[in-house]
Amino acid sequence: MDEAAKRNAPSREFLEKIFRTAYRIRVFETEGIKLYRQGLIRGYFHPYLGQEGIATGVCAALQEGDYIASTHRGHGHCIAWGADVKRMVAELLQKESGYCRGYGGSMHIADIARGNLGANGIVGAGTPLGVGAALAAQIRGSDAVTVTFTTDGASNNGTFLESLNLAAIWNLSFILVIENNQYAVSTPIEEATRDPDLYKRGLSIGVESHQVDGNDPLAVYHLTREAVEKCRAGKGPILIEAKTFRHMGHHVNDPGKYMPEERLAYYKARDPIDRARTALIEMSGADKADIAAIEAEIAAEFAEAVGFAKESREITPAEFREFVAAY
Amino acid sequence: MREIMYREALREAIDEEMQRNGDVFIIGEGIAERGGSYKVTEGLLAKYGPKRVRDTPIAEAGMIGVGVGAAIAGARPIVEILYVDFAMLGMDMLVNQAAKFRLMTGGDGRVPFVMRTQGGAGGGVAAQHSQSLEALFYHIPGLKVVMPSVPADAKGLLKYALRQDDPVMFLEHKHLYMTKGPVPEGEHIVEFGKADIKRPGKDVTIIAWSNMVPRALEAAAALAEEGIEAEVVDPRTLVPLDKDTILASVARTNRAVIVQEAVRRGGVASDIASIIQEEAFYDLDAPIEIVAGLNIPIPFNLELEKASVPQKDDVIRAARRALHIQPMAIAAK
Ligand SMILES: Cc1ncc(C[n+]2csc(CCOP(=O)(O)OP(=O)(O)O)c2C)c(N)n1
Ligand SMILES: [Mg+2]
Repeated sequence: MDEAAKRNAPSREFLEKIFRTAYRIRVFETEGIKLYRQGLIRGYFHPYLGQEGIATGVCAALQEGDYIASTHRGHGHCIAWGADVKRMVAELLQKESGYCRGYGGSMHIADIARGNLGANGIVGAGTPLGVGAALAAQIRGSDAVTVTFTTDGASNNGTFLESLNLAAIWNLSFILVIENNQYAVSTPIEEATRDPDLYKRGLSIGVESHQVDGNDPLAVYHLTREAVEKCRAGKGPILIEAKTFRHMGHHVNDPGKYMPEERLAYYKARDPIDRARTALIEMSGADKADIAAIEAEIAAEFAEAVGFAKESREITPAEFREFVAAY
Repeated sequence: MREIMYREALREAIDEEMQRNGDVFIIGEGIAERGGSYKVTEGLLAKYGPKRVRDTPIAEAGMIGVGVGAAIAGARPIVEILYVDFAMLGMDMLVNQAAKFRLMTGGDGRVPFVMRTQGGAGGGVAAQHSQSLEALFYHIPGLKVVMPSVPADAKGLLKYALRQDDPVMFLEHKHLYMTKGPVPEGEHIVEFGKADIKRPGKDVTIIAWSNMVPRALEAAAALAEEGIEAEVVDPRTLVPLDKDTILASVARTNRAVIVQEAVRRGGVASDIASIIQEEAFYDLDAPIEIVAGLNIPIPFNLELEKASVPQKDDVIRAARRALHIQPMAIAAK
């Protein structure tokens, strides 16, 4: 089937994969917040609720061997990249079985072995790191594509221009995905830049740039898919701005009162999970029972992950001493 | 005396200085509308308006840089950086511009610039939000380094900072914002370079700053129960450093313990130790003890985080060592 045909008639398998990923992120965040409120998770927890369509669509267009770099709001990227939810929960619960053995936590969760360069506590840092991975791929003769997920906030940081420009002059296989959720903590995008259409930043330095509805996982997928093909054909880098909105405050403890109700309602009415679910039903003929089965399976998977994490042990003082001895 | 929180004391200082001098202004992420992540700047936007109280995008190099530029041009900016970890993005502006300007211009150029930020571990915010980086600034001639431990010092030192003409790294601690302490009503100024004896004692000098002061005081209280009278000296400003008060204390107690939360390697404690041994070697009855963070990034896991930075018992043990007291002897006493 060619691309256009696939686009009009995606397979049930594909649609189910999209829904599963988006829903898995939704469950992870909703249930994770409960664990946080129970005091089982400490530190920062930035929920990806409302933005699931972006990680889901982008990662579905990538393949093994590619790289991603993420943000402080990184759980969704990690899951969409195929992370083991058990090891993710274990990391948030600071356990030895976690992705970073309890050393990193939510803001630093990574899966280095599989090319997820990690969440990042420094806004904007993922962009140069991702460009670096793309540079390494070019130098080593690999056809890997690197995606950095970045944010509206980071687009006003110097790292954005410096690194995207490097990717451009070196024709790197690099895709920069700006998740424009229109807020940096409580600061609205309109107060942080004169022109909130952030894809234009790329145009000004000669980078092919697009805008997409970030709450539409399939639209995100198709656009990324094209971008990936161009990158593999040596026509990178590419910038994608995905417009979206958080479903709640900046982190678990931020009530987000500054977010205008109407705008929140607008985006909630365009919920990426609902859209993935609807697509699965309408385009593949899945019925309510099929959906309920998938949802129950994912809920059970999370419950199992919590059990796994709770039963896991923490790093011992002796292991800690051994690990840090070289510093 | 009335008691207020550290963050309220900081707010009073900014408020009073903004009132007093129209050149004082403040910029930072979320400091205007939202009143800042630590609520230090709450109410300032309403009082002074959006010209002098501004929210910024996430652009630390730019924010610090424009602060330095505004200072060079005669204004008195306060730039609030959410975490000292993020100040690293603005290091060129601090190290190559602000710190150098006065000397490079033969004294004509001055930089009345204050960067307020906070550091320290605690609460599981992991490696990029937990650092104590005072040594980096301490190392750069031209920067003043201020680390208040109590509300009164926070207020007095910030007011002083806003009245002098060199760049100030005003380093707060995330765990101190909600702590309370007495602060005099009315005008209250603390000059730089004047250490404060937070607890007098004759047996051992404990030198500590920022969040290590309350920890040293807890240790001193515990030591007092063993009959050991520790003197806790808080330098309050690391640059300039009040050597005289430190050396006088060591001359009385003949023993020194230096406590810093920052990693041990290349730290300010080592420098203070070198000053003591150089200038007061013959006063010492024991090697100088340094209690410091491990030479590692701060882990997320809470137990490991605790193990990475000095705790009360570490200070107590160091004081006993300085007094040549064996743990067994204590137990027997
Ligand atoms: C360099 C840097 N500055 C400031 C912060 C503090 N901070 C963490 S998240 C955040 C807002 C981020 O907004 P945005 O970049 O749009 O991402 P979003 O939270 O909307 O996903 C800020 C200011 C940081 N982590 N790093
Ligand atoms: Mg944002």
